[in-house]
Amino acid sequence: MRIRAQIAMVLNLDKCIGCHTCSITCKNVWTNREGVEYAWFNNVETKPGIGYPKDWENQERWQGGWVRKRNGRIVPRQGSKWRILSKIFANPHLPEIDDFYEPYTFEYEWLQKAPELQAQPAAKPRSLLTGEVMNKIEWSGNWEDMLGGEFEKRGKDQNFAGVVEKEIYGQFEKTFMMYLPRLCEHCLNPTCLASCPSGAIYKRAEDGIVLVDQEKCRGWRMCVSGCPYKKIYYNWSTGKSEKCIFCYPRIETGQPTVCSETCVGRIRYLGVVLYDADRIEAAASVEDPKALYEAQLGVFMNPHDPRVIEQARLDGIPEQWLEAAVRSPIYKMAMEWRVAFPLHPEYRTLPMVWYVPPLSPIQSAHEAGRMSEKDGMPDVRSLRIPMRYLANMLTAGDEEPVARALERMLAMRAYMRARSVHGRIDRSIPERVGLSAETMDDMYRIMALAAYEDRYVIPTAHRELEEDAYVLRGSGGFGFHEGTNGATKANLFGNPKKTPRKPMMDAPT
Amino acid sequence: MNEFLNQLAFGWYPYFAITVMVVGSILRFDKDQYSWRSQSSQFLRRKQLSLGSNLFHMGVIVLFVGHLVGLLTPINVVDGLGIGHGFKQLAALVVGGIAGIAALIGATLLLHRRLVDPRIRQSSSFGDIAVLVLIWVQLVMGIGTTWWTMQHLDGEEMVRFMGWASGIIRFDPGAPALLSEVAIIYKLHIVLGLTLFLITPFTRLVHIWSAPIWFLLRPGYQIVRSLSPVRRPDYSRTKGPAGDGAPSFGGTAVTRAQAESGSSGA
Repeated sequence: MRIRAQIAMVLNLDKCIGCHTCSITCKNVWTNREGVEYAWFNNVETKPGIGYPKDWENQERWQGGWVRKRNGRIVPRQGSKWRILSKIFANPHLPEIDDFYEPYTFEYEWLQKAPELQAQPAAKPRSLLTGEVMNKIEWSGNWEDMLGGEFEKRGKDQNFAGVVEKEIYGQFEKTFMMYLPRLCEHCLNPTCLASCPSGAIYKRAEDGIVLVDQEKCRGWRMCVSGCPYKKIYYNWSTGKSEKCIFCYPRIETGQPTVCSETCVGRIRYLGVVLYDADRIEAAASVEDPKALYEAQLGVFMNPHDPRVIEQARLDGIPEQWLEAAVRSPIYKMAMEWRVAFPLHPEYRTLPMVWYVPPLSPIQSAHEAGRMSEKDGMPDVRSLRIPMRYLANMLTAGDEEPVARALERMLAMRAYMRARSVHGRIDRSIPERVGLSAETMDDMYRIMALAAYEDRYVIPTAHRELEEDAYVLRGSGGFGFHEGTNGATKANLFGNPKKTPRKPMMDAPT
Repeated sequence: MNEFLNQLAFGWYPYFAITVMVVGSILRFDKDQYSWRSQSSQFLRRKQLSLGSNLFHMGVIVLFVGHLVGLLTPINVVDGLGIGHGFKQLAALVVGGIAGIAALIGATLLLHRRLVDPRIRQSSSFGDIAVLVLIWVQLVMGIGTTWWTMQHLDGEEMVRFMGWASGIIRFDPGAPALLSEVAIIYKLHIVLGLTLFLITPFTRLVHIWSAPIWFLLRPGYQIVRSLSPVRRPDYSRTKGPAGDGAPSFGGTAVTRAQAESGSSGA
C-alpha cells in the first residue's frame, strides 16, 4: 500500500445549464494567447454530438487510451514505445487543427472606422493562422450547441452504440440532449504521459495534477494522440503541448479552479481522494471493460479507516489533507453514494474528473399515466435520455450502476418533497434505494443546496514541509521565460511564431 | 583554388562550424530550453507531410550515419577488415544514392508545402525556410556528386576525403591540402554541410540532439514528480542538495527535477 492524495472533481450534469461560463473564464485566464486560440482547456459539449475535436470518442480513429494485450498487460493503443517512436516523423493519428477548428477573429475596427456607406459595414472574419479573410466559417468550438446541425451528423456520436432505434432521437418530439463540460481528467494512469517520448509530462505526487513541463517538451506531439479525451493541445506558436493545469496556483492556495469558482449552476465539486498507487496498474488492466468502473473504485482508500490514515501519515500526507479527505464531497458522491461516474472508464486511464448523470423528462406525457410510479418517482428507464447512452459514456455500457444512481437522485427528490411539502419524513423512500434517511439529508445538503464550503474542500499545499525555503530564497518564482530574453526583439535562438496582423483585424489578446 | 581559400574552407572552417554548433547548442540548452523544440507543422497541415517527412527523415538519417561512419572510420581499420576500396565506394554510392533520392523527394515535398501552403508559410520563420532550402540544395549537390564519383569507382577520391576527415580530427595541418585538387562540387558540398552544422544552434535543427531514444529505456510508462526529495537521504534541510556545491536558486523547476521516474503509477 502506497497512499497518495489527489484533488479530484465531480460535475453534477443534472444541474449543468450549458452556459459556458466555465469555458470562457478558463479561456480568459489560460488560453488567450497566440498558438492556443483554438484550444479550450475546458469546453462544454451538447450531447449527443461528435464533440470537440470532431469525433474525439472514436478511438478506432484517434487511437487514444490504453488497450489490454492478450497477456494481460496494457499498452497505449497507439503502440508500445517502439511503435510510438516509429511514428515520430509523422504521427498518423494526430488530429489536424481543422478537427478542432481554424481560429478566427473579426475586423471589428472596420465597424468603427468605416466611412459613410450605402450599406451597413460588416466585420469580416479573418483566420488567426494566415490572417486571410475566411469566406465561410464551417466549424468552431461549440458548433453543435443546443443540438445544432442535422441528426445524421451528430448521430455519429459513439455513445449511441447499442442504443435501440437510435433514429427516433432524430425526431423533434422524441429527441434528448444534455451538456457535457469537459476538461483534463488528471488521470491516475494517463496515456498522454505514457506516450511522451521526452518524459516532459508528469503527475504530481502531492495533488495528482498532471502537467506538461514546458522546458522539457520537444514537440513530438505523441501526447495529443495518446490522450483519449483529446485534452492535450499542440501550441502551434511555441511548438509545445499544453493542457489544463487544474489551476494549480489556485489549488495550492486552497482556492477552487477558475471553472469551478465561476460555475453559476454550482455543479462542480473539488475534494481530496486518497488512492493506493500500487493498485493502479492492476485496476487499469482488468479484462472486462464493464468491470473497470468497480476496479477504479477499488483504488480509492477509505479516509475513515485507521490503517489507511496510519499508512497515509507514513507516506507523508499532511494532517490537513487527511481531514479534508474525510470531508471530501468527491469521496461521498463517487464512493459512498455511487452517484458519480468516471468518463469512459473503458479507456483504462482511471480518470479523476467524475460525472453525476443527468435526470431527464419522462419519454412522453402519454406514457406518463401508465408508468409505474411510486411517490412521484418514475421508472428511470422511462426517462428521455436512453440509459444505454449514459452507460456508454460513464460505465463502459453497464446500465445497472447508472440506473441505481438516477434512482437515488429521484429518491432524494421524492424524500425531500415529502418532507418539505407534506411535512412527513418517509424513511421507506431512502431505504428503497439502499440509503439511510441521514444519508439523504447529507445528499440533499451537498448536491441540492451545494454551499460553497461543501462543494470545495481543498487543503492548501504544504510547501513548507515539501520544499526547502532556504535554497529557494532570491528566486523569481513563477514566470515564463520569453519575457526575460533581453531588451531587444532580436533573439539569436528564435522567437515564437506570430499571428499575421492585418489592418482592421482585431489583434489576439 | 587559391591556397588561402582552401585553407579557410577545409582547414579552419570545420573547427569554427563545429565549435559554434557545440558551444551554441549548449548555450541555448542552458539559457532557453523553452525554445528547444522540433516545431512540427503537421498539426497545421497534414497534407504532404506524412510521406514527405518520413522519406526525408529516414533518408537523412541513413545519409548522416553513412557519412559519419564512412568518413571517420580510420582507413587501416577498413583495410584490416579486408574491405576493398572499390567495394566501399560502390556500397556508399548505392546506399547513399537510394537514401539521397528518398531524402530529396521528401525534402521537395516538405519545401513545396512550406512555401505554398499559406498556413505553413505564415507561421514559418526565416530560419525554418532557410534550413529547408539549404538542406534541399545540399541533397541536390550530394546526388550530383555521384556523377563525378562514377568517374573513379576505385575509391581513390573517397580515400582522399577519409584522409581529410581523419586529418581534421587529428589536428593535422596537412589535411586541407588533400582536397585542393578535387572537383568543385565536392568542395561546395562539404562547405554547405559544415554550414548546416554552423546554423544548428540557431534553428530548429537543435531537435536532432533531442532524438528521444531514451524513451525506450524509461522504466514503465508513468512519471510521478514529488516536491519532497525522493531517495535522497543526504539532502540537507539548510544547505540544499548535499555535495552539489552552491544551493539551487532554480525554484520548483529545479527541485521538481528530483523526480521519481517510471516505477510509480502504473
